[in-house]
Amino acid sequence: MISPGLRGYVHQTPAGDQENDDKIAGKDPAADLLPAALAALEQAFTVAGERAAPGSGTRRRTWLDTFDWRLYRAGLVLEFEQASRGGRLVLSKADGTPQAEQPVTGWPPRRPVQDLPPGPVRDRIVVLIWPRALLPVAGAVSTVSVTRLLNEDGKTVARLIADQSTTTSAPLTLAAAAAGSVVAGPAAGTTAELPLRLAVTEVRGYPAQARKAAALLAAVPGASPASQSVFIAALTALGRHPANNTNGVDAEITAPMPGPVAVARLLLRLLDTVELNVDGVLRDIDTEFLHDLRVAVRRTRSAIKLLGEVLPAEAAGHYAREFKWLGDLTTPTRDLDVHLLGFAAMTEQLLAAAPADLEPFRAFLVRRRAREFRRLAAALRSPRFRAITDDWRKALLAVCDASAPKKRRPPTAAELAFRTTGRAFARIAARGGAITPDSAPESLHDLRKRCKELRYLLEFFAPLHDPVAYRKVVGDLKQLQDCLGDFQDSQVQREEIGALAQEMLAEALAGHGTAPAATLLAMGEVAARLAVSQAEARADFARRFARFAGPAAQPRIRTLLAAPAGAGAGP
Amino acid sequence: MKIYATYNIKGGVGKTTAAVNLAHLSAADGQRTLLWDLDPQGAASFLFRIKPRVKGGGKALIRGTKTLGDAIKGTDFDLLDLLPADFTYRNMDLLLGTSERKQTRKIAQLLRPFAAEYDNVFLDCPPSISLVSENVMHAADVLLVPVIPTTLSVRTLDQLTEFVAGFDGERPQVRAFFSMADRRKKLHQEITKDLLAERSVVTQAAIPALSLIERMSVERAPVTAFAPRSQAARAYRALWSEVSS
Repeated sequence: MISPGLRGYVHQTPAGDQENDDKIAGKDPAADLLPAALAALEQAFTVAGERAAPGSGTRRRTWLDTFDWRLYRAGLVLEFEQASRGGRLVLSKADGTPQAEQPVTGWPPRRPVQDLPPGPVRDRIVVLIWPRALLPVAGAVSTVSVTRLLNEDGKTVARLIADQSTTTSAPLTLAAAAAGSVVAGPAAGTTAELPLRLAVTEVRGYPAQARKAAALLAAVPGASPASQSVFIAALTALGRHPANNTNGVDAEITAPMPGPVAVARLLLRLLDTVELNVDGVLRDIDTEFLHDLRVAVRRTRSAIKLLGEVLPAEAAGHYAREFKWLGDLTTPTRDLDVHLLGFAAMTEQLLAAAPADLEPFRAFLVRRRAREFRRLAAALRSPRFRAITDDWRKALLAVCDASAPKKRRPPTAAELAFRTTGRAFARIAARGGAITPDSAPESLHDLRKRCKELRYLLEFFAPLHDPVAYRKVVGDLKQLQDCLGDFQDSQVQREEIGALAQEMLAEALAGHGTAPAATLLAMGEVAARLAVSQAEARADFARRFARFAGPAAQPRIRTLLAAPAGAGAGP
Repeated sequence: MKIYATYNIKGGVGKTTAAVNLAHLSAADGQRTLLWDLDPQGAASFLFRIKPRVKGGGKALIRGTKTLGDAIKGTDFDLLDLLPADFTYRNMDLLLGTSERKQTRKIAQLLRPFAAEYDNVFLDCPPSISLVSENVMHAADVLLVPVIPTTLSVRTLDQLTEFVAGFDGERPQVRAFFSMADRRKKLHQEITKDLLAERSVVTQAAIPALSLIERMSVERAPVTAFAPRSQAARAYRALWSEVSS
C-alpha cells in the first residue's frame, strides 16, 4: 500500500502494526495534550505542520449497520466517509484492519444492500446482510490535523495525526429509540465529545522512526493507549449498546417460576419484537421488518393457543382473534415480498424463457405490492392495532404482577413446558407416522403447522432444556420443517403464480397493464420448476421424518421431555 | 501498471528532473506511483531527501535475496514512493550479465509483482547504452526521451528510435520532448520547428531552460510541489497530460 501511514490512519491499527501506529487517547483536555505531545516529539524530530495534508481538515463519517447489527456481530465496521462530492464506504474489522472500500456517489440511507453500486464493499457484505438495509448507527465530525516529523535531512519520516471528534447518535429507527424497554439508547441527535486521539503513522521504509515517535508519545503525561476503536468509543460515549434486534425469543424464565408469569414474559418479549419492527415496516426500510413482525405474531398466536390455559380466558380468546387479524393483514405484502426477493433466483433457473420475458411479471408484482403495502400501513396506523399492542401489554403486565393467592396453585414453568411440549411431540409422531406416499398434500401442510408449534414451544422454554439434546432435536426438527416448508411453499407459490397470471390478464384486458404471451409462458416455466421442487420435497419427507421422530431419535426426545433442567428446583 | 522510463544516452539533459516532476504529478492525480532511481549518482533520491542506499545494494535486488518492496521508501507526498539509488548500481551491468546469457528483461521481471500496488512506475535511467538501459527499454511502456534542440541530439533520437524498432515482441512507445529549450537561441527555434513537423514521436509540450528547475536541488522537492504555479510547473503539467493520455 502506498503511504501506509496516511491510509492506515483512517482505520484502527491492525494488531500486527500496533507499535507503529499506537493510538493514544488523551485523558487531559485536548488543549493540554497536543502541545505536550509536540514538545516530546521535538526531542527527536523537527516538527512541521502540514496544511492540506491528505486526511486533514474536517472529516464527516457515519457508521452503518443493519437493524439487527449483523456487521457488528460479524466483527465488522462499515463507515461512510463523506467528501465534498459523494464519498466512500470503508469496511474494516473491529480491530481496524482494512477489508475493502469503494467510492459511492452519496449515501442514500435506508436502501436495501442490493441497491448498493457494485464494488468491493458490496461484494464483501452482501451475503452477510441481504436482504437487510444499511442504516446509520452513529455519526462523527472530526477535526483532523497532521504534523510532519522530519529527520535531519528535512525528510518526513512519520506523521502525528490529531483527531478531535464529536459523535452524534443516529438511532436505527425511531421505534428503537422509543422502545426503551427493548433497546437502551439515547434519542436521535444526542452528541458527545470524544477524547482527543493522537496517532503516529508510519512513512513506508521508516518503521524505526515511527516506533520512536510512538514511544515518545506514550511517555507524555496524561496520555494512554486507546483501547477502543473510534466506533466503539463513540457508541460508549453515546450510551448505545448494540442490541440484539433479532427475532429470537430470549425471555427470562426459570423452571420454578409460576407458569402464567413465564408465559406472560414470553408474550411480552414477543410484543416487544412486534413494536420494535412496526416503524421499520411503516417506513418500508427492508422486508425483514415485516418478516420479523410476522414471526412474532405467529409465535404469539401459537403461545396463546398452546399455553393460553394459564392466562385469563377472556383475554386469551380476545387476543387470539386480534392477532389472527394482524397476522392475516400482513400476509399479502409478505407473499409478494417473497416473490420479489426470489425473483433473481427465479429468472436464473429459466431454461426455455429469457429473463426479460418475466419483466412484466416483476412490474406487476411491484405494483401489486405497493397497493397491498398501503393497506397494511393503514392498518398498522389504525386505532385497532394500537389498542392491541397497548392493552395486550397491560394485560400481560397484570399477569406478571398478580400477587393475590390463587385457589389452585398454577403449574410451574417447567411443568407447563413439559406438558405442552410432550403433547406437541405426540401429535407430530401420530400424524407424521400416518402419512404415506398416497396421503393428501393437506396432511403435510397440517404437519408443518404442528411442527412450527413444537418448534416455538421448544424455543420458548429453551432455557429449561438439556442443551445438548435441545440442539440435536431442534436441528432435526428444522430440517423436517425445511422439507415441509419447501413442499408447501412450492405449492402455494405455484398456485399464486396461476392466480397472478389470471389477474395480469384481467388487468390487460381492462387496459391497465400488459400480459405478453412470452411472460405468461415464462411464468408457466417457473410454475413447472416449482412443481419439480415440490415433488423433490415430497420424496425427501419420509427420510426427514424418520430422522426426527424415528427409533434413533427417541432417546434424545425422551431426555428432552423427561428432564426440563431444574424442574421443580429452587431458583 | 504503466511503466514510464526517462532515458537518454547523454547526461545532463533533464532526465531526472522530468522523472521527479512527472512522478509527482502522477501521484497528485491520485495515481499510486513508484519512482525507481536507477542512476548510481542518486539525484532523484537526493531531490526527495532520501538517502541513496539500498541494503545489500543492487546485487541483492537483482539476485532476489532482497525484494524491491523492502527497499521502497515513502516520499513526503501522498501516493508517491521511491526506490532509492545505490552506489552499487554502477555495477548493475555486471550483475545483469553474469548469468550464462545477458538478462535483458530482469527489471521488467522484478517490477511485475507490483502491478497491483502501483498505477504508474517511473524509471530514472542512468545515461549510457548498457545492459541496464536495454533492460529499462524492455520494461517500459513509454520511453520518455528528453532532447536538447541540437542537431546531434536529433541524430541520437533517430538512432534510439531505430534501436527500439528492432526489438522482438513488445516495444515501448517512444515519446521525445524538448528539454532545456531556449527560445532566445535561433538554432533551438529552428530545430524545434523542423522536428515537430517531421517526427510524430515528439511532444508539443517542451520543457524550457529555467533557473527554477535548477533550483530543485536547493529546495530538494519537485518544482511542481514547491512552485506549482510557475512556468516550469506548467510545462511539466502540459508534458504529463500529453504523455499520460
